[in-house]
Amino acid sequence: MSRIETRFESLKAKGQKALVAFITAGDPDMEATQTLFKKIEEQGADLIELGVPFSDPLADGPVIQAASQRSLEAGTTLKKIIALVKEIRKTSQLPIILMSSFNPIYVYGEETFVRDAVSAGVDGVIIPDLPPEEAGDFLALADAKGLDMIMLMAPTTSEARVRMISEKSRGFIYYISVTGTTGTRNKLSEGIKEKVESICKVTSLPVLIGFGISGPEQAEEAIKFSDGVIVGSSIVKIIAGEESLADRVEKVGQLVSDIKRAISSSH
Amino acid sequence: MEYSFPDQRGHFGAFGGKYVIETLMPALEELEKLYEEARNDPEFVKELNHYLSKYVGRPTPLYFAENLTRHLGGARIYLKREDLNHTGAHKINNTIGSALLTRRMGKKRVIAETGAGQHGVATATAAALFDLECDVFMGEEDMRRQSLNVFRMKLLGARVIPVTAGTRTLKDATSEAIRNWITTVETTHYIIGSVVGPHPYPMLVRDFQKIIGEETKRQIQEEEGRLPDLCIACVGGGSNAMGLFYPFVTDTEVRLMGVEAAGHGIESGKHGASLNHGSSGVLHGMMSYLLHDEDGQVKEAHSISAGLDYPGVGAEHSHLKTTGRAEYAMITDKEALEGFKLLSTTEGIIPALESAHAISQVAKIAPGMKKDEIIVVCLSGRGDKDVTQVADILGENL
Repeated sequence: MSRIETRFESLKAKGQKALVAFITAGDPDMEATQTLFKKIEEQGADLIELGVPFSDPLADGPVIQAASQRSLEAGTTLKKIIALVKEIRKTSQLPIILMSSFNPIYVYGEETFVRDAVSAGVDGVIIPDLPPEEAGDFLALADAKGLDMIMLMAPTTSEARVRMISEKSRGFIYYISVTGTTGTRNKLSEGIKEKVESICKVTSLPVLIGFGISGPEQAEEAIKFSDGVIVGSSIVKIIAGEESLADRVEKVGQLVSDIKRAISSSH
Repeated sequence: MEYSFPDQRGHFGAFGGKYVIETLMPALEELEKLYEEARNDPEFVKELNHYLSKYVGRPTPLYFAENLTRHLGGARIYLKREDLNHTGAHKINNTIGSALLTRRMGKKRVIAETGAGQHGVATATAAALFDLECDVFMGEEDMRRQSLNVFRMKLLGARVIPVTAGTRTLKDATSEAIRNWITTVETTHYIIGSVVGPHPYPMLVRDFQKIIGEETKRQIQEEEGRLPDLCIACVGGGSNAMGLFYPFVTDTEVRLMGVEAAGHGIESGKHGASLNHGSSGVLHGMMSYLLHDEDGQVKEAHSISAGLDYPGVGAEHSHLKTTGRAEYAMITDKEALEGFKLLSTTEGIIPALESAHAISQVAKIAPGMKKDEIIVVCLSGRGDKDVTQVADILGENL
C-alpha cells in the first residue's frame, strides 16, 4: 500500500478528514521550504503538496503565479526539488505530492522523472494540464513504479467524465471547487455539495476539495461532504507577506493548526 | 499522398493534443462537437460565405508582382493579398467563423489574446458585427508598440485588458486569456488567433484560414494554368501559413516554406524561431516545438513584429517540419525591415512587419530560381499599423 493510501486508511479508521497543505517549493528558497515543511508536518497536515514552479502556470491565480516567479528567481529546478524530497525523507514519513505543469516533467524525461521521484520518496503527482486523454503513457510509467497520479475533477466535469477519471485517478480525487484558477475565495461555491456527493457515489477513492479553501471556516464546511481539503493560496500568501523566515514559519504553522483543529473538532 | 490530420484525438503525429486543466475539457469537447455539426450544416457554410464575401471582401486578389519579379530577376512572384481583407489582415477569416460558432453555442461573450493587435481588432470587429461582448488580452509592451490598434479595438466597443506578467507580450496575453477562460468558460467562447492551443483549435483555425490556399489554387490555375512551385508565408503561431499551405499539402510538387523570426539573430538568443531552434514541449494546451530551457521553463521570444514574438508555434507546423513536408527559413529583424521597404518601393504596397519576413525570404531565394518558376507569397497583413514603429527605428520624426 502506498504512503498516501495508508494515510487515508488510518484517517478513516480514526473517523478523521485529511488536510493537505500546499507550498511552492523554493519559495522564496529551498531552505525555507525545508523549514516550512517541518512546521506544517508538526502542526498536523496529513499530506504535503510541493508546487514545482513554472514560467507559465495556466491554472494558477496571481498568488501562486507570484510564488512560482520568486522560486524560479531563486534558481529552483525540478531536479533540486527531488533532491530536497530525498533530504526530507530522512526524517519524515509524511506523504509528499508534487504538483507541476507538464512541461518541466516532459523535459526532465517522463520515465526518468518517475524513477527519480519515487526513489527520492515522492508518493504522488498532480499535473493539472495532463488530463486523462493525454496521460496514457505517464500513467503506465507511474503505475509501474507505484507513483500515484492524482487527477482533477471540476464543476464542469460531466457524469461520463467523472466515471472515466475515477477509473484512472490514483490516491485520491482532487475536486476543483470553483470554475477558476487557484486563489482564495470568501465562500464555497454553490452546488459544490451536490457535485461532490455525486462524485463520491461513483468513486471508491477519497475526494478532496481544493482551489478556494482559504481558512478554518470553509474547511469545516467542506469536510461535511468530502474526505478532506487542500489549502494552498492562503498559505502562500503568508509566505509572500512576511519578512523573516521565523515569522513565515510561525504564521503558516498557526494557520495549518487552526484548520486542522477546525476539521478535527467537528468530528 | 494521403493526409488526414489531426487524428480523432486531436494529434498531428507527435504534436497537438489537449493539454489543459479538467475545467476546460468539457468546453473543448463541446466545441469539437458543435464545430463538426456546423461545418456539415449548409446553412452555416452559406452564412459564413456570405460574410466572407460581402463583409470581409473575399476572394482577395492573387496579384502578379511584376516590378518585384523584375527587380529580383528570378522566379515569377505572386502576392496573395490578405492585406486587402476588411481590418487589414487574414485574422478576420477566423474571427468571423468563430463568432458565428459562438452565436451557435448561445454564448454572449468572447475573449481573445493579441500580439500585434490584428487578431484583437478582427475579434472586436466580429464581436461588434454579431453583438457579442468582447475582452481582448494584450501585453503592456505590445499595447505600447501598437497603440493605434488598441484604440481601434476600443472604438469597436471591446475592452482591452493590459497584461503585466512576464515579458508583457503575446505569450503572456495568451496565458492570461486562458486563465480568464478557465474562470468564465460557461458563458464565454475563447477565440484563439492562431493555429495554436488545445484541440480542436489548431484544426478549427486552420479550417477557417484554408480559404487562403483554396482561392490561391484556383487563381493560380487561372493565371498560369498550373500550381506554383513554392508557397511562402511567415510563421508566428502560423495561421496564415497554415491557411495557405493546407490545400497544397497533398500536392507534393509544391514546396511549402514557412518563415520564422530570427529577431536580433539566432546567436543573440533573441528570436522567435521555435521550429528551427526549439524542441518539443507543452505550452498553451498543446504539444509543439517550443523555445524553452533545459528545465522546461519557457524562454522569452523576440521579434521586431509583435505577431511573431511568440515562443511556441502551431502543432501542425511541427508535424509538417518533422515529416519534411514543409521547410522553415528564418529572417532577422533587420532583413524584415529591408523587405518592408522593398515591397513598398517596388510595388507601392506597405506590408505588415510579419509579412515583410516572408517578402525578405522571397528576395533571398527568387533570384536563384528559374524565370518560369512560380512563387506565391502570402501577404498576410498591411503595414499601416507598423508605420510609426518603423519610423522610430529608422530615426524619422513624425
